[in-house]
This record gives sequence, structure tokens and C-alpha cells, in this order.
Amino acid sequence: MRLHLLALLAKEPAHGYELKQALEQTFGSAYPSPNIGQIYVTLGRLEKDGLVRAVDVEQSNRPNKKVYYLTAKGRDLLTTWVDEPTEGPRVRDEFFMKLVLAPLTGIADRMALINRQRRHYLSLMSDLNDLLERTPPADRVAILLIEGAMLHLQADLDWLERCQEDLA
Amino acid sequence: MTPVVKTVNLVKIYSDGAVPVPAVRGVDLQVEPGEFVAVMGPSGSGKSTLVHMLGGLDTRTSGEIWLDGKRVDTLSESAWALLRREKIGFVFQFFNLVANMTVGDNVELPALLAGVSPKVARERRESLLAALNLTERADAAPAQLSGGEQQRVALARALANKPSLLLADEPTGNLDSRNTRDVLRLLGEVHKEGQTIVMVTHDARVAALADRLVSLFDGEIVDDGRIARRRSRTAGEVIDLR
Repeated sequence: MRLHLLALLAKEPAHGYELKQALEQTFGSAYPSPNIGQIYVTLGRLEKDGLVRAVDVEQSNRPNKKVYYLTAKGRDLLTTWVDEPTEGPRVRDEFFMKLVLAPLTGIADRMALINRQRRHYLSLMSDLNDLLERTPPADRVAILLIEGAMLHLQADLDWLERCQEDLA
Repeated sequence: MTPVVKTVNLVKIYSDGAVPVPAVRGVDLQVEPGEFVAVMGPSGSGKSTLVHMLGGLDTRTSGEIWLDGKRVDTLSESAWALLRREKIGFVFQFFNLVANMTVGDNVELPALLAGVSPKVARERRESLLAALNLTERADAAPAQLSGGEQQRVALARALANKPSLLLADEPTGNLDSRNTRDVLRLLGEVHKEGQTIVMVTHDARVAALADRLVSLFDGEIVDDGRIARRRSRTAGEVIDLR
């Protein structure tokens, strides 16, 4: 969740509960409602790593609240996250997070993210083509496994196209 | 080197209905000899229209099309027919085989029409049918073949006269995975021998054979770049079994 929080803070400084609400509002039911305790623990770690900076804000009749700001180091990490290609089928939700969050921060636009990801998937597919070509037909389990990976990848590409139609 | 294909601000607007529909909106595309270009994009993005125009099967509204250094968008229909016979192989999603000719003759015909000697045409037919696992079906009529077999025949036919340009529109749309593997292998081989290919496809397995990906969206090119070739790896590195 670290990078998701950094992305939200790149948009605007916020306190923990606002981040929880922002995640819920941005993703709706697609995102499991984050535990507020987990958010504060994560923010504490981000602060320790110098990725965010906390500022105490006084409130009348209530304890001070901490507002979190993204640091330059945090922004660098976020940019690296947005810029590097996302791994294959098993972690595809990682790409979806980039797709939803990155444009909100002005770091990248969705069309560029989708195009880059499409080429990355095709390069993975090209690996699988080579692998299939090198696998003896008698090794049926391996072939099925490769075909399974190919189908996952095809589904990811089809879904990327849907994202492009609706979001870009 | 002269590019095999070059388009300049190519536009296609369909004006059959009440409202004119722009399908291709200013495409500049250049394909070098021996290049394999995959064209992808959502339905309605203009990809089929684009390759149909490149093959002279659809007329352009404005802009230029050049094939092998020659301007072709101004050609008459009969001049296009001649050009297709000599220079262009076309594979469609639906196969358009000649129904009253055998499979073998379907494959041999284009080479004969293009003026290749009967001996060479026959050799070419036999090697293509063998590569696509169709040798035993040579004397069958197209209607006796499965969809997958007919598609492989269509590919063999498109390659029979060694065209400067192979155009394909969803060539694996009807194939199961085993048939697709034969088609992939043949496409890989002819590409290695220098065949220039422009192919519209949704099939990532086929697109991944290409050197270059052109993505269309709303009739425009929104991405055009190489598909990275990575070092060959083992199954364990490519597939995560978690």
C-alpha cells in the first residue's frame, strides 16, 4: 500500500483518515476497504524512510492531527514506480493502480501508460512463443503451462484495450 | 532503401450514412523491406480500413499511398488488380477461397497468375502445403476443410507468389491453438527469409512475432515502436507458479 498512499499524497497533502476515504472513493467496491490502523502504520514507516513528512496541525477541542506531505524522495520513488514496466499476469492489479492513480497526480497520462504496457506484454508473449518453440511436444505439462500463461497474457491485453476505450 | 509501404496523411471517411464517419484520420506510416508490423487497437479504431486501403480493397478519401516507391492511391481498379497479383498477398479473417478448385490449385493459382513457371509454382505449392500440414488435403475441395484448415490454405495462397507485401486481417481468428502454432511457425519462417508483413490482429501470440507494434485509436496512430526482444529464458523465469 506504500506506493498507493504516496500517489494520493502527490495529489495533495492529507491525514490518515482522508487517505482511507480517498482510496474508497477512488476505487469504490473494486478495492477492499483499507484498515485505518494499517494506513497509520504504513504512514509511520514512510515517514521513517523520509518518503513523507508529517506536520502537526492544532485543532480546537481535539488532539492535534498529523497532515502528511510527500517529500522529494517520495516523489522520486513514485515516479520510478510509475515509469517501470509492470510485471506479468500475477500482479496485473499493480498496473491498474498505476492506471487509476498516476494521472491524478499529473505524473503520466493513461494513453502513454497503456501503450507502454501493451508493448511490454507483447515482449513477454514473444518470450513465451520462443519458449513454446523450444519445448518438446512430448512435454505436455510444460506446454499447457506455457499456453496458460499465454491465455493470461491475452486476457490482460484484451482488458488493456477495454481500459483504453473507457479511461483514456 | 525504398520503403515497401508509405502513407502520407492518409484519411478515410465513410459517407454512406446520414453522418460522415471518419475511420482513418491522418495516418503516416512507413514500413521498411523485411519489417513485420503488427497493427492493434479496439474495434472501430480503423485498423481493418487501413490495411484494406493498403491493398487497394478500399479507396482513400485523401492522402497518399506508396508501394515500393510507386504512388498507388491514384490507380484505377484494374491497375490495382494487376498490382495485387504481382506484389501483394492478402489473408482475411474469412478465407475467400475459390470453391470449385482443389486446395492445391487454390494455392498454386496466384503464382501462375503472377507469371511464375509451372514448375516453380508447383514446388512452391508443395513446400507451403507441407509447412502448414496440409499435404494430404491437397486434392480436397475447400468446403470439405475445417475453418482452421481453410485459413491455413488462405495463408499458403497469399504467400505463393512471394509478394513484396503480405497484408493480413485477423489471420488466426478461426484457429485453435495447434493450428495457430503452424501458422505462427510459417509466419516466423517467411519473415526470417525477408517477407514484409503488415498484420491486423487481436491475437497476442501472432503480434508478438512482429518487430514493431502500431497501435491505432480513433483512426489515429497513438503508439508506434519496437517490441523488445529479451534474452531467451527458461520456463521457471517466465512463468510464476504461485
